[in-house]
Amino acid sequence: MKATAINNNYPHVSHRDASLGYRRREHVLMLLLMSPAVLVVFVLLLIPLGWLIGQSFYADGFSLEHYQRIFTEGIYWNTFWVTFRISFIVTLLALLMGYPIAYAASILPRRWSMLVLALVILPFWTSVLVRAYAWLILLQRSGVVNESLLGVGLIDAPLALVHNELGTIIATVHILLPFMVLPLYATMQKIPSDLIQAGASLGGTPLHVFMRVFFPLSLSGVLAGMTLVFVLCLGFYITPELVGGGRTVMASMLVSRNIQLYSDWGAASAVSVVLLICVLAIFYVVSRLVPLEKILGAK
Amino acid sequence: MDERDSVGVSIRSISKRYGSTEALKDITLNIEPGEFMSLLGPSGSGKTTLLGALGGFVMPSSGSVWVGDQDMTYMPPHKRNIGIVFQSYALFPHMSVGENVAFPLRARRLPKSTWPERVKQALAMVELDGYQDRGVSQLSGGQRQRVALARAIVFEPRLILMDEPLSALDKQLRETMQIELRRLHRKLGATVVYVTHDQREALTMSDRVAILKDGELVQIGAPETLHNNPKDSFVASFIGDSTLLPVTRIDEHTVQLGTHTLRSAKPIAPHAELLLAIQTEKLLIDDGLHEPGINRLPCRVVEAVYQGDSLRLFLELEDGTSISMRQPSHHTALQKIPPLGERLSVVLHPEDTIIVPRAGCAPPATNVA
Repeated sequence: MKATAINNNYPHVSHRDASLGYRRREHVLMLLLMSPAVLVVFVLLLIPLGWLIGQSFYADGFSLEHYQRIFTEGIYWNTFWVTFRISFIVTLLALLMGYPIAYAASILPRRWSMLVLALVILPFWTSVLVRAYAWLILLQRSGVVNESLLGVGLIDAPLALVHNELGTIIATVHILLPFMVLPLYATMQKIPSDLIQAGASLGGTPLHVFMRVFFPLSLSGVLAGMTLVFVLCLGFYITPELVGGGRTVMASMLVSRNIQLYSDWGAASAVSVVLLICVLAIFYVVSRLVPLEKILGAK
Repeated sequence: MDERDSVGVSIRSISKRYGSTEALKDITLNIEPGEFMSLLGPSGSGKTTLLGALGGFVMPSSGSVWVGDQDMTYMPPHKRNIGIVFQSYALFPHMSVGENVAFPLRARRLPKSTWPERVKQALAMVELDGYQDRGVSQLSGGQRQRVALARAIVFEPRLILMDEPLSALDKQLRETMQIELRRLHRKLGATVVYVTHDQREALTMSDRVAILKDGELVQIGAPETLHNNPKDSFVASFIGDSTLLPVTRIDEHTVQLGTHTLRSAKPIAPHAELLLAIQTEKLLIDDGLHEPGINRLPCRVVEAVYQGDSLRLFLELEDGTSISMRQPSHHTALQKIPPLGERLSVVLHPEDTIIVPRAGCAPPATNVA
C-alpha cells in the first residue's frame, strides 16, 4: 500500500520506467508465443464463421431471403419450437437425475466419490454414435426394456420408445448428463462442510439445512449445468437423427437436410446463424447472473 | 438467563480411533455448570476431536458424553441444543446478518413475530445491533466473529462450544475479544468449552484449563495451578515461557544443577529424569538484598533484547548452559542491567523453583537401582 502511494506521488522515479519497459517487452514476447494459437483460432474459427455468416446473406447477391424463410415458414418455426422444447425437457431431466448424483459424489468419502464420477464420465469416452445405436437396440419394440416390462406384466403391448421425441429425450439425457453432473459437483464440493455442521448445530434438521443452506449455495452450479446442457442440446445432431428416427426434427437436422437434400448452403447457414445467436443470447443472460468462467468450469 | 439454567458436562472415558490412529485416549473430564473450560493443546492433540464429540460431529469409539443428566453420545447435532462458534465462523454467505442470526429460530419453528426482537437482543449482546441487513461479506473479521457468536447464543443454549474462535483475528483485536468473551460468559451464565492452542488465551479466559497431548488428558486445573505446579515437562514448557534444564535429585527439597545446588519449596518425588523449569519472569538480578536462603546462579550476560514492555536477557551459566530471563522495562530495573559479557548473579526463589519429571518418562518405581 505504502509503496504504491509513494510511486504515485513520484511518477518520475526511474525504476518505474525501467519496469514499464521490461513489462512491455514481456508483453511483446507473450504475444509472439501466443501467435500460433491465435493464428489457429483465426484460420479455423473466425474465417469459417465469417464465411458462414456471409453465406447466410447470399442468394445470387446480397439477400435476406434465407432469413425471411426462417421467420415466415411454419416448418422452421415448428422445428425451432421442437428443438427448444426437447432441450428444455432434457435439461430438466438431466438436472433431476444429475443433482442427486453430484450430491452423492460431493458428500461421499473421496474414494467413493471418484467412483461415482468415473461411472458418470466413463460412457462419455465411448462414441456418441455407439451410444445412440445402443439406445436404439435397448428401446426398440422387441428390445430389452419393452421385453422386461412385458415380462413383468406392467404393459400389455410394447411401448413406442424410439423413433420419436421420447427416444430422442432419453438418449440425449444420457449423453449430456456429465455436463450437468460435473459443474454441479464442482460447485457442491466447494460448499464448506463447516456450514453444514453449523446449520445442524444451530438446530436445523438435515432437510432444513439442505433446503436453507446447501441447495441455495449450489444454485450457481445448477445454473451452470443447465446452461451447458441446454446449449449443447440445442445443436445436438447424431442422437436425435438416429434415435428420433427422422420424425423428430431438431434445428441441426434442418441444417443437414438443407445441404444433403437441397444443396442449399445459404439456407443451412442462416439456420446455423440463428442457432448461434440463440446460444449467445442465452450465455449473455446467464453471464449476468453467474460469471462465465464458472459455467465453463474454469473456476 | 441465570446460573441455574447452565448445565454441567461429563465426558466419561471417551476414546476415538480413526483406523490405527487414536485421536482420543480414554478421556474423562467433568465440567461444572457455568464454568469456562478451555481445552488447550498443540495441533493434533485431539482437542478439536473432543469438541466434535460434544457437538455431535464425532462419534466416539467408546465412552459417553453427558450434558446435564442426559446421555448425548449418539444424539444427532441438531437435537443437542448446543451453541457452536466455528473457527471459520461458518456464517451463511447467502444470508444477511439478521437472517444468519435468525437461522436457529427458524430451524426451531419459533413464531416469526418473535424473531426481530430476539435477533436484536443477540446482536446487541455483541454490540452489532443495527447490522441486521448487512451482507456477511461486508463485515470485517472481528464483526463476523461477533455475528457467529450472536447466532450461537440467540437460542439461549445452556452450553456453548468455541473452536479457536479468535485465531483468525489480529493480536490487538484478539485481546479485546478475549475480555469481551469473558464478559459475555458472565452475562449469559452458560457453560463454555473453549478450544485453543494459545496458552496465554487459555490462561486469560478460563476458570479451568484441560491440557491435551496426543489424545490424552495431561493435566487439568486452574490457570494458576498449571502455571505454578505443572505436572510434567510438557505442561511446564507449554504453559508460560520457560527453560527446561536437567537436574538430579539430592533429597526431597534439593536438586543439583551442574555444580549448583538448588532448593525447592515443594517436595520432589524421585524420578529417573527430573527437569528444572525456569520461567523467564521468575528470575531476578541479584542486588544483594535477597534473603540468604534464596537460590543464586552466577552467570554471564550473552545478549539483551529490548521488547518494549520488557527486556529479555540471554544468560550463560558457568557450565555453558543457556537460560533466559525477562526484566520489566521501567527505569529502575533497566539501571540494574549490566553490559554484555559482564558477570552477575541471578536469584530464583525456592517457591518458584519448579522441578518436573520429563514427560512420557518411566515412573520412579521401575528405577530402584
